[in-house]
Amino acid sequence: MKEVSLYIHIPFCIKKCLYCDFLSFPASEKVQESYFNALLHEIDSYKDKLSGYSVKSIFFGGGTPSLPNALWIKRTMDTLRSSYNLTDDCEITMEMNPATEAAEKLNIYRKAGINRLSIGLQSTNDTELKKLGRMHDYDTFLKCYEDARQAGFENINIDIMSALPGQSIDSYEKTVRRVVQLSPEHISAYSLIIEEGTPFYDMYGDEAETEYRTGENGDSSYLPTEDEDRQMYELTLKILEESGYHRYEISNYAKKDLECRHNITYWTRGNYVGFGIGAASLLENVRWNNTRVLASYTAYWNDNIGTYEDIICDREELDQKAQMEEYMFLGLRLVEGVSISKFEEYFGIKLIDVYNDIVKNFTNEGLLVINGDKLGLTKKGLDVSNYVMSEFLL
Amino acid sequence: MDQSKIRNFCIVAHIDHGKSTLADRIIEKTGALTDREMQNQVLDNMDIERERGITIKSQAVRMVYKAKDGEEYIFNMIDTPGHVDFGYEVSRSLAACDGAILVVDATQGVEAQTLANVYLALDHDLDVFPVINKIDLPSAQPQEVRDEIEDVIGIEAQDAPLVSAKNGIGIEDVLEAVVHKIPAPNGNPTAPLKALIFDSIYDSYRGVIVFMRVRDGVLRKGMKVKFMATGAVAEVVEVGYFGPGRFIPADELSAGMVGYFTASIKNIQDSRVGDTVTEVAKPCAEALPGYKKVMPMVYCGLYPADTAKYPDLRDALEKLQLNDASLFYEPETSQALGFGFRAGFLGLLHLEVIQERLEREYNLDLVTTAPGVVYKVYKTDGTSFELTNPSNLPDPSEIDYMEEPIVNGEIMVTTDYVGAIMQLCQERRGKYLSTDYIETTRAILKYELPLNEIIYDFFDALKSRSRGYASFDYELKGYERSELVKLDILINKENVDALSFIVHKDGAYERGRKMCEKLKGEIPRHLFEIPIQAAVGGKVIARETVRAMRKDVLAKCYGGDISRKRKLLEKQKEGKKKMRQIGSVEIPQQAFLSVLKLDEDN
Repeated sequence: MKEVSLYIHIPFCIKKCLYCDFLSFPASEKVQESYFNALLHEIDSYKDKLSGYSVKSIFFGGGTPSLPNALWIKRTMDTLRSSYNLTDDCEITMEMNPATEAAEKLNIYRKAGINRLSIGLQSTNDTELKKLGRMHDYDTFLKCYEDARQAGFENINIDIMSALPGQSIDSYEKTVRRVVQLSPEHISAYSLIIEEGTPFYDMYGDEAETEYRTGENGDSSYLPTEDEDRQMYELTLKILEESGYHRYEISNYAKKDLECRHNITYWTRGNYVGFGIGAASLLENVRWNNTRVLASYTAYWNDNIGTYEDIICDREELDQKAQMEEYMFLGLRLVEGVSISKFEEYFGIKLIDVYNDIVKNFTNEGLLVINGDKLGLTKKGLDVSNYVMSEFLL
Repeated sequence: MDQSKIRNFCIVAHIDHGKSTLADRIIEKTGALTDREMQNQVLDNMDIERERGITIKSQAVRMVYKAKDGEEYIFNMIDTPGHVDFGYEVSRSLAACDGAILVVDATQGVEAQTLANVYLALDHDLDVFPVINKIDLPSAQPQEVRDEIEDVIGIEAQDAPLVSAKNGIGIEDVLEAVVHKIPAPNGNPTAPLKALIFDSIYDSYRGVIVFMRVRDGVLRKGMKVKFMATGAVAEVVEVGYFGPGRFIPADELSAGMVGYFTASIKNIQDSRVGDTVTEVAKPCAEALPGYKKVMPMVYCGLYPADTAKYPDLRDALEKLQLNDASLFYEPETSQALGFGFRAGFLGLLHLEVIQERLEREYNLDLVTTAPGVVYKVYKTDGTSFELTNPSNLPDPSEIDYMEEPIVNGEIMVTTDYVGAIMQLCQERRGKYLSTDYIETTRAILKYELPLNEIIYDFFDALKSRSRGYASFDYELKGYERSELVKLDILINKENVDALSFIVHKDGAYERGRKMCEKLKGEIPRHLFEIPIQAAVGGKVIARETVRAMRKDVLAKCYGGDISRKRKLLEKQKEGKKKMRQIGSVEIPQQAFLSVLKLDEDN
């Protein structure tokens, strides 16, 4: 049976974090209710289309999926179970904002079948958290983490971020060490990106665009300098690898066999269908995104107003060229790299025939390495992955 | 044609004082054009000119005016280019007139170009009468401006018509003044043909269309004519007048008339502005005075951004040259930029106009190297040559000395800014000559300035340091010996020929430092460190470093939405396409352009 992963987007949050440019916003309970009704309709509507597939992972992302009444999550899980064939070991992840935690919510999630949590800690330094506009402090997170373990969650990811305003190398190291101490199964470590359209862009945009940041260590009004950012990144690698985590993707680390399967689906171009506003899908080489407009989405699924085309955007049937490009630039995010034999299997042409010069140049430069069937980025290559990946666009 | 009923004139003014608008109104009032035909500014028919609000190529219009005395007069109005780059063309247009209308802005009064243009007109023995424009503006001070014209220029101004060209006020007075104040031509219709060329354009069907003023004799269809300076001979196919926006063929043009002729001339170089046309069978004794062959003052390298477009650039330059005898170009090769052309221009504006036309009309993406002037290089072996491309400068040991072009500059400025402007001129190696106060609040500063100091951004600096109040005019004085050096730019230890330029030795360090700084901002990081050095005679005088790229930001790729990731990669890839490879370094084309604007941040 073919496999598919499902993504469920919950766009609500208590208030927007200052750096956030994802599709999320605060909403009343009434709006939330109408959204979940629509979501359940949408999930159900794909059951015929996906009847030949078994679901190997589900991911509740947001927004803050842990914000709405936990019963909605339960109902969503019920619908998913009744509409699809979930594998026995289906990985079902829920993103958790520590600020929304309540022990009983965790129990409901666990009972509903959620078996993995991804908790957005970002930093263990309360001042840094405040600057990010986060609602929680480190103690709140600790309670959330303990409650989660208590509720029986045996697979937990913790998100941390580097290059935060006012963050020093010492304080970052402290965050990493404290997280390792907790021994979560999985750790995601990203750099803060100052995205246009966020309050952070107005606050730090100019600074972020300057190539040589002038900030001084610990000065709260500055972003860390590039050198500091670089040192933080090196620290992450060093501490996590010393502590039994292996880096399997550019910014993701896991204990043995506890990599996030859902994420790997994205990088290996597995099938996935996204439900909810703004959700992205890839199914049999067709990509599409759901509308980002809440009103259109609920009007269509709840009240049958408008057409299916109205709530689908950017539908694209990927041609062979686009597929090959994606295979490379997504696959290379995985540390083990892309499979050379599978490339030929999928596309009927040898990887090396398509990308001969690029592979040759980059292996000479020490950015790519061939290891048996796998072509992957070297450590140096991982550092400058965008530079390498962009060359794989045909 | 009765010469006493002809008036040949031009309009002179400082920029923005309303010359073109007044020309439009005159054309309207003479009824030569219907409202519908009336484009906003009939005389300026090139897009670029319109956008910049200046007139580049001269043109003429013939109009019929029925005066208050009941007689019909023929007006030939010749438009003159409004920029100092085209000084020679202006002088030939003036030479084709008998009088000039001086337009002075009632709110601004006399300015640098007002003076320069009036003096130029007076030099050509034109009768000049003033017109005071923009009297509708609340800040208009017509009486003060009248007094100022009399005091400063020394021409009668108390009866100057008060007009608003924009609102069509007072135009009738201007037309009457043309009849009464501008002298009629006094050529000899029976003498041998003697006609002055003041412009020419190329038409793909008719060949070169020569614009000229008949001084003596008659020009007829079928006549065999000779261009006295170039020696070219041709048979006249068509003669005629300039209707507004079109040509009106006629049988002949007699003494005193302004018009055009065609003679199947293929090469515009044959009919040079300022040359005299005469009849082969009955030639005049001597040519009209004042002809000179214009020489380019400013040179730069023009390269196609896409190296494959070299033939397209060549074709485009060929076509532009058909219409522009003062555009010079020859092929050259740069290690950095590949095949291109070294092109010569009358001045920086001329350069910009050509560059814009190449980009706009011919859809070419260009990389332009820093404009430079023509230097004279005297070698130790006793020979000398004119240097237009810095890369061709011989080794310093072979150079005895060098000379650079110097201009006489006149800057008119309100007294508040005299200090700031003097400082600017000093920075630009100006040699102070004098200060003349034309009234208590305004002065004319006279300086000798090296041309290479004013071709970059002198106008901009002048404007910003005087809050827009200073105006500038210059003419070439000649060549003077100067301590010049070649500044080379090395990127990752490789000399980038397209970035070399000649600079005075005292300015080399400053210039080199700025170049390095600017380039550092333009060159993207590579996987290795890239030194950017400025060197004179092999000695490094400034250095910057583009640090090695060591780490990308670790972005979250959310919920499987890869479109952002793809866009980012595409942008990165696209950026690479616009790069030039120098050794192992990729330099964005933008970098070559950005060094032209070194002073922008000041």
